[in-house]
Amino acid sequence: MRALLALGVYLPRWRLARSAIAGAHGWFNPNLPKGGERSYTSWDEDSLTMAVEAARAASGTDTTHSAFGALAFASTTFPFADRSNAGLVAAALGREGALQVRDHAGSQRAGTSALLAAFQAAADPACPATLVVASESRRAKPASPQESSYGHGAAALLVGHGEQVLAEYLAGTSITADFVDHHRATGAAFDYTLEERWVRDAGWGTLLPPAVAEVLRLAGVTAAHIDHCVLPASLATQKAAAKATGLRDTCFVDTQAKRVGDTGTAHPLLLLAATLEQAQPGALILVIGFGQGVDALLLRAGTLAGTPAAALGGFTKALQSGRTDTAYTRYLAHQQLLEMELGMRGERDNRTAQSAAWRKHRTVTALIGGRCRDCGTVQYPLTRACVNPECRRFDTQEEARLADMPARVKTFTEDWLAYTPAPPLVYGNIAFAEGGNAFIEFTDAAPGEMQVGQAVRFAFRVKDRDTVRGFHRYFWKAVPAGTAGD
Amino acid sequence: MARGIRDQVAIVGMGCSRFGERWESGADDLMLEAFQEASADAGIERDRLEAAWLGVFYQEQSTSKSGLPLSMALRLPNIPVTRVENLCATGTEALRGAVYAVASGAVDIALAMGVEKLKDTGFGGLPERPKGTFEDLWQPGFTPPGAFAQLGAAYAAKHGLPMEEVKRAMAHISWKSHENAALNPKAHLRNRISIEQILQAPMIAYPLGTFDCCGVSDGAACAIVTTPEIARSLGHREVVTVKALQLASSNGVELSHASWDGAHTPTTRIAAARAYREAGITDPAGEIDLIEVHDCFSITELVLMEDLGFSAAGRATFDVRDGRYDRTGAVPCQVDGGLKCFGHPVGASGLRMAYEVYTQLLGRAGERQIQRAGRAPALGLTHNLGGIPNRNVTSIAILGLMDT
Repeated sequence: MRALLALGVYLPRWRLARSAIAGAHGWFNPNLPKGGERSYTSWDEDSLTMAVEAARAASGTDTTHSAFGALAFASTTFPFADRSNAGLVAAALGREGALQVRDHAGSQRAGTSALLAAFQAAADPACPATLVVASESRRAKPASPQESSYGHGAAALLVGHGEQVLAEYLAGTSITADFVDHHRATGAAFDYTLEERWVRDAGWGTLLPPAVAEVLRLAGVTAAHIDHCVLPASLATQKAAAKATGLRDTCFVDTQAKRVGDTGTAHPLLLLAATLEQAQPGALILVIGFGQGVDALLLRAGTLAGTPAAALGGFTKALQSGRTDTAYTRYLAHQQLLEMELGMRGERDNRTAQSAAWRKHRTVTALIGGRCRDCGTVQYPLTRACVNPECRRFDTQEEARLADMPARVKTFTEDWLAYTPAPPLVYGNIAFAEGGNAFIEFTDAAPGEMQVGQAVRFAFRVKDRDTVRGFHRYFWKAVPAGTAGD
Repeated sequence: MARGIRDQVAIVGMGCSRFGERWESGADDLMLEAFQEASADAGIERDRLEAAWLGVFYQEQSTSKSGLPLSMALRLPNIPVTRVENLCATGTEALRGAVYAVASGAVDIALAMGVEKLKDTGFGGLPERPKGTFEDLWQPGFTPPGAFAQLGAAYAAKHGLPMEEVKRAMAHISWKSHENAALNPKAHLRNRISIEQILQAPMIAYPLGTFDCCGVSDGAACAIVTTPEIARSLGHREVVTVKALQLASSNGVELSHASWDGAHTPTTRIAAARAYREAGITDPAGEIDLIEVHDCFSITELVLMEDLGFSAAGRATFDVRDGRYDRTGAVPCQVDGGLKCFGHPVGASGLRMAYEVYTQLLGRAGERQIQRAGRAPALGLTHNLGGIPNRNVTSIAILGLMDT
């Protein structure tokens, strides 16, 4: 049967307290919300890096052997308009080659549309599994309601065939309408948002009921039997939806507005992942995506729902990795909404020699090192000559993926002189569990947090931004184990 | 069978500009300042030079590439001038070129010049240098203090020392250099400071504070080299010769192999063993009268004391705090103030160290002259560590009086 086989959720470590936002803007708008917190990306994260981390969370420890034949990536905040973002995710996962990739964009519905498309493709039993990833890092104008209500995050769901599964696909449908509740022009930094009451009544109110009715009809289920409904909207909208569709008032799952915020295209998938951690096998789950129409998907929780398998790389774990931040200017700086004095060292040119980057792209993008066929020495980077002083043979290296290998800190520094958007630049030498040393940046490490011997994991992050040419360079950084995504 | 460089080549004249923030001088002015001193010292005019080597590291900051900046600055008589660069070993690399040219018999008299004009960058600290098309894709955007700071945490962990203890030894190292530089009129930083001041300075790159970092200076230093016979014929009674000149380059072990512990510099150990062999030294601490080592950061000097064989493994912090490397200690180290306080114009530094050893061997060091059991010193060592602990070039020169 068509089913969800695995899930993964990633939330950035930083969670901005809404009281910090309200405190900063009290003079301007005293009515901003003060409760809870929202997730936000560090300077070296974007929708793409979060997508990689969510995909890794869904894939267990060895992403290179995960059995999926297609990768769909949904977002409205892709770093690249013309360069396959899904292709870059696949490269970071070490999964280039025989793989179909698709970017889904253009609407907040892109996440559910990608999921629906994957289920529909799976109607062919020969169709390989699809890893669907949705990720969002929308910026918002300071003091806007969106600044408080948006969150950043990613979710990944593996769609395929199986019997012991997280959820079984029952039905899905789409309605399309060019209803502009908000929009963001190409290249614009911020959304332009219309009145909430009009969106609730004229948008949700007219577009949702027929979509729900249709999906229920396809599955032969009545609204009152829905156990959980993922409806990423306000309580008022949910109430109105219940009235209009016959869904029970109590079936709506927590939208995590208090702790995360609205993660856009990722949000329905993220909330579905959260639901599957708790749901009883057999529970009926309705998932709604909204944006220039409605997607409605009906699932039935499988035998893995509510088990540790659903929590392994899941929402609760990602939620617990957070660190509350009350420094509002740090949030602004990380979102590139505040021009900080970065010093003359920040003026360096970051032009990427694409021909060199392509030659080494597996080394850099997939963190692939070498393992000597003769002496077994693991090393980074991979070169043609073995680094083991007792060996040094030429052309004996086999590829060894290091991104998923445990490692420990050998030594480190916190450098207040080096250029970084978030001082200090923390970097050092790490020892891979199977041998090999790497001189590497650390991230998500606060001053005083690093220690010699500490366990680290690797995270795919922005290495440098080339603002002259609009290019982003990515690489892997070491993260203290026990933080986000771990 | 190669016989090595020992006693084949004499340093017959040396010069060194005043180091510091030389806002009024360009690289050409600094080179001329150093050369005029060396020329007068050697009794050799520029037209007798047959070949020259120019060492400059950040040519982007001060001079153009090639040997031309030296040829133009001194209006040399169209002789071959070769520009060399090997990170912080650049000055010693220039000396090696000139010394090898004389030793080969190809020329009688050669010049080695090192220069760096750093203070046109517009900011403190060293400029960041691109690492190449590949390494920029993955290596941290490190600074020199951050890269050398790696030695700190690893050394403390390896020897089970609390960081405060290591920091105290590091502070003693910087304190000593300030004390020594106070006696050196050419030094960049001549103020005396207390251990407490050093310990309380703002952090630059953990565990290195401001005073754990060397001065970023403008300066030039040079040597005129010839055969011992010509040196004598010029009337030089005491002749300083090159006893050993060695380089060791990393091959990736410190960057990629598990064997490196992060707490020592393997190339120093390799270069030192070769240099001691070339110079015929079996007991470095007993035979060598003064050392000038690459104290770009206090932690570097600390671990080098073990790498060069002057302190036993894990004992450097104790030896340092016991005064073993003070100007009056058993092994005087950085008697001119070192990179820390004399300053570190990168391309000039190796030759600046040779200048101090040369000056001390000839008993010309004035207030800071060291005495060894009532006599002038006879053998001195210079050491540079170019690059960063993760991958570097070590150069070692041993200089001595001809008949020792």
